[in-house]
Amino acid sequence: MAVGLEHYLILSAVLFSIGLYGALAKRNAIIILMCIELMLNAVNIAMVAFSRYIVPLLLTGQVFVIFIMVVAAAEAAVGLAIIISIYRSRETIDATKIDLMKW
Amino acid sequence: MNLELFLPELTLAAFAIIVILLDLVIQRKGWLVVVSLAGVVVAAGFTIIMWGGSSQAIFNNMLAVDNFALFFKLLFLAIAALVILASVDYVSKFTRFQGEYHALVLLSALGMMLMAATAELISIYIALELTSISLYVLVGFLKDPKSTEASLKYLLLGAVASAVLLFGMALVFGFTGKTQLGEIAQAIQALSLSGVLASPGLILGIVLMIAGFGFKIAAVPFHMWVPDVYEGAPTPITAYLSVASKAAGFAIILRVFYSAFGLPQWLSLDWGMLFAVLAAIGMTLGNVVAIPQTNIKRMLGYSSIAQAGYLMVGLATVGFSPAADIVGRSSLLFFLASYALTNLGAFTAIIAISNKLDSDLIQDYSGMGKRAPLLALALTLCLISLIGLPPAAGFMAKFYIFSGAVQHGLLWLVVIAVINSVISAYYYLRVVKVMWLGEPASEEKVPSSGALRLALSLSCLGVLLLGIIPGYIMKLAEVAAKMFVF
Repeated sequence: MAVGLEHYLILSAVLFSIGLYGALAKRNAIIILMCIELMLNAVNIAMVAFSRYIVPLLLTGQVFVIFIMVVAAAEAAVGLAIIISIYRSRETIDATKIDLMKW
Repeated sequence: MNLELFLPELTLAAFAIIVILLDLVIQRKGWLVVVSLAGVVVAAGFTIIMWGGSSQAIFNNMLAVDNFALFFKLLFLAIAALVILASVDYVSKFTRFQGEYHALVLLSALGMMLMAATAELISIYIALELTSISLYVLVGFLKDPKSTEASLKYLLLGAVASAVLLFGMALVFGFTGKTQLGEIAQAIQALSLSGVLASPGLILGIVLMIAGFGFKIAAVPFHMWVPDVYEGAPTPITAYLSVASKAAGFAIILRVFYSAFGLPQWLSLDWGMLFAVLAAIGMTLGNVVAIPQTNIKRMLGYSSIAQAGYLMVGLATVGFSPAADIVGRSSLLFFLASYALTNLGAFTAIIAISNKLDSDLIQDYSGMGKRAPLLALALTLCLISLIGLPPAAGFMAKFYIFSGAVQHGLLWLVVIAVINSVISAYYYLRVVKVMWLGEPASEEKVPSSGALRLALSLSCLGVLLLGIIPGYIMKLAEVAAKMFVF
């Protein structure tokens, strides 16, 4: 069986859903960050697959993916810095215990 | 290529770097404020020079330099200047990182200016993240438990929202093969209706993009971060978030949906209806939940969710009206300008009062009319403008946006919006009542610095001018709304 665009898209959708589930259900802030990274990588797979099958002569999707990776790295750096700052003031990074403000 | 069309952004970036470097060498940190303001003024000068010229696109049609973008650039620069002025007192208390604070404010303003100008999916994403990442850091700037918690919540939810937005962009790119908004529009118009309905991937992509942008503008149901972040963030940053990041979100939504998904008509009616429903839910939820709040920053957080609802009435109008009609767009721009001045004024007064009280509880504002009559008067004016009563700017803004909606058959939405305005009067006027009729806890006056008084009087002057002679700004908004490159 030949691997086509739809297989990549299914893989991407499954990865995205796993990432979204993890981001909503996990309690450790670092694991939530990792799940967000998973969602971004799912997007990257979809981008590259679309680029390869829809516009094979252009590299639009690949360029997009490089930008996403760069921005994701910057975001992870800021995220980890904020997590360290939280850990210093509370000694926990459990998302369910970071609840000073609630409605 | 005309690099001079990119001068406002280049100026702002250069000044942000200068501020960081200057912070290392000078001892009197007051100069940092002056240098940041100088950067904003120079960038605004370049923007004003370009105003009124013909629309152009630079960087291979990635950035549009049209009056729409210039209008928003001026708005963001004005907001940044007022925020820098209003945070002078606040920042002077920091022992370290004053330079970084101002530089981050400038960099996020740069990101927002790019957001208003971008016409291409990759640069939209970069501009959005430049804004967001600067704001994540600014929200956590105090490093106390509440501020870091707000920052973490903002970052995690913001990152999920941008992942959702990216998935939407991937689908739109996949189904059109383009990333430039004008080319996307052409590709969509070339698709046949039955072809789109048979493979709803494109529609899913558009909906996911609405979800991602909806996070930025605090639209229900993507609003959960708003009250927490507003409460925890440093107050000047709360003011900045509530007006600038919202305006940038609306700018990008207007450009994307108008120029990429504006035609065919059935598509624009679809997303118009989606925004209409989100608007109805947003204003109702925001106003009802604002009523029991005891913290004024949190109350204004819910109020900003409600105001996003009123603004989305304008978006729905844009979706419902034919492309040549500018009523929806120009009234939306007017509302954004008046909301920016009003909320900045309210938050500036709150900064002065909370500096003295060290509390944001509404009950502690008791008797503020006797302790600080001018601050209380300014806050009252801004709250009246938020309700939408004359002579303040909020009245004219709501009048324009609602009459546009009625013209295009959204009477049901306007009825809901008017009922909501009445509900909102309750919690805004409660603050006014506490301030003027309550007994003061002490006789001490509330001091405020010159910079803060300047920011407050500029915002209040703007609120009054927009309320009494709205015609001039409305003309500017109409000029800005007419011009789209693509």
